Amino acid sequence: MASVLEIQNLQVSYFSREVRSRPVLSGVSFDLMPGEILGVLGESGSGKSTLAASVLRLLPPNGQVGGGAVLFEGKNLLQVSSEELRQIRGNRIALIFQEPSLALHPTIRVGEQVRRVLAAHQSSGKNDLDHRTREVFNRLFAQEADRILRSYPHQLSGGQRQRVLIAQAIACNPALVIADEPTAALDPVTQMEILRVFRDLREHLGLAMIFITHNPALLAGIADRILILYAGQVVEWGPAETALRSPKHPYTKALFESIPAGTGETEKSRKTSLPVIPGNSSPSSLPRKGCSFEPRCPVRMDVCREFEPPLVKLGQSHIVSCFKYKE
Amino acid sequence: MEPILKVENLTKRYAKRNSARTPQEFLALDSVSFAVSAGATLAIVGESGSGKSTLASCIACLEPPTAGNFWFEGRNLAQSAESELRKIRPQIQLIFPDSASALSPRWSILDIAVEPLVLQGKLGRKERNARTFFLLERVGLAADMAERPAAELSGGQRQRLAIARALTLDPKILILDEALSALDCSVQAQIANVLLELQASRGMTFLFITHDLTMAAHLADEIAVMSRGRIVEQGPSTKIVRNPDHDATRQLLAAVPRLPRSPWPAAQP
Repeated sequence: MASVLEIQNLQVSYFSREVRSRPVLSGVSFDLMPGEILGVLGESGSGKSTLAASVLRLLPPNGQVGGGAVLFEGKNLLQVSSEELRQIRGNRIALIFQEPSLALHPTIRVGEQVRRVLAAHQSSGKNDLDHRTREVFNRLFAQEADRILRSYPHQLSGGQRQRVLIAQAIACNPALVIADEPTAALDPVTQMEILRVFRDLREHLGLAMIFITHNPALLAGIADRILILYAGQVVEWGPAETALRSPKHPYTKALFESIPAGTGETEKSRKTSLPVIPGNSSPSSLPRKGCSFEPRCPVRMDVCREFEPPLVKLGQSHIVSCFKYKE
Repeated sequence: MEPILKVENLTKRYAKRNSARTPQEFLALDSVSFAVSAGATLAIVGESGSGKSTLASCIACLEPPTAGNFWFEGRNLAQSAESELRKIRPQIQLIFPDSASALSPRWSILDIAVEPLVLQGKLGRKERNARTFFLLERVGLAADMAERPAAELSGGQRQRLAIARALTLDPKILILDEALSALDCSVQAQIANVLLELQASRGMTFLFITHDLTMAAHLADEIAVMSRGRIVEQGPSTKIVRNPDHDATRQLLAAVPRLPRSPWPAAQP
């Protein structure tokens, strides 16, 4: 089966006054199948939002793609003309941001805001647009669709606003939706509701999706495969079930161990200190060569300081970037 | 043990906006009662809009309650005059959810952390700085960073700074309003450890306000569950997460995202 999206060896750097260029993504490669949900897991500064932005060439002015390819439906998005790109953005690939209150216009009814997305990409008549807008709202809000359609963003709850953003994203029947922390601003009950919406959409529309988050537990109920980023590099990539249950990379292991046991908490484990990863991943504390996790790694070896670890294939589709493993 | 904080029938009503003709009120807190003993942690959990943050600002004496009383070390703060509250406020410190907007980005780290002491005007400059450096070190912010502007800090470092700032006045109660929620898991663990250490060494009392039941179960001795302005269930934290009695608690628990390693299977959305 042909993939929807294939990213090959993507390199992105940011420029600033002090440092001439700082790599934010280096050598990121992965592919995405139709109808697949890929969870991208990374902490702040890992490059996960940069990844989303570079797929659609939406990097800030000081960001620059240094190499690689973003292949979508047979085209390299890094090379297509801006006119062609405009036809793809919002139409074939849609982006959902984390802050629903900032992403919507405060004084335009939300129905109109979804309609404008459609109008920008489809040259159909007024009735057609109205009909399609209604259809999208029906899908996301069921019986409430009429009322929500005529509401302004401030009249809606956080979860409803997030659904409006999803409506905008799916209005044009895209092949791919990229959601960057789409539930970060929501409480757990609403968060669960939005995750359910994503699963429904995948089931009924066959959407492929990149779901970006810093919370590993969120991916448990939604992702098919998981890509873990550390300091701009892929450290692990594999089936969600395996990668979440028995992660292989020392970083992923340490990250998961730092999460409290939740309902598994006992009187004994309660209020005890949690295992932490020493140090931090700020750009200034990353090593110049070798594995970028080496200074914080509990199982580091001499070789890690000198060379970049290779991508090791463990089983069918589980990939780890670490010297600890051999094929 | 005598509770350090006792809250009885605390009620807060807000006037609803856009209702000039028929004045309407919104009941944010509806007869909330609880008690916390010194050195313990009470977690307050609930959906957004359940009244958690209103409760925080009432107890921190930032907003007067509409009705009800609460006692801090035996003194009824709901009935106290503003002049008295000024003396109490340093002892009950509040940490806000969004440290990026709570701290001025242009101020240096030291200036931010030392400001509460400057405003209190009790210590000399040298003593103030010495105490502040000690606390910055304690929360894991190196002394050589003290002169740097807050804008250069990462989210986790800013939250540590917010904690150090709240600690400079040596409060007896620290209210953490979603203080960890926006942070990465690994940073949450680091800060949770700092909090546990502080509690062990200084006997500080925490009100841990959150919608993260996982962290609540780890840090708190007791959990109170809020829904629509009321406390619907309260009890020892392990009991609440294992055998909840109220539907609101069950609903919150069902929505907690879990890694598959947990003893319970991951919740299906």
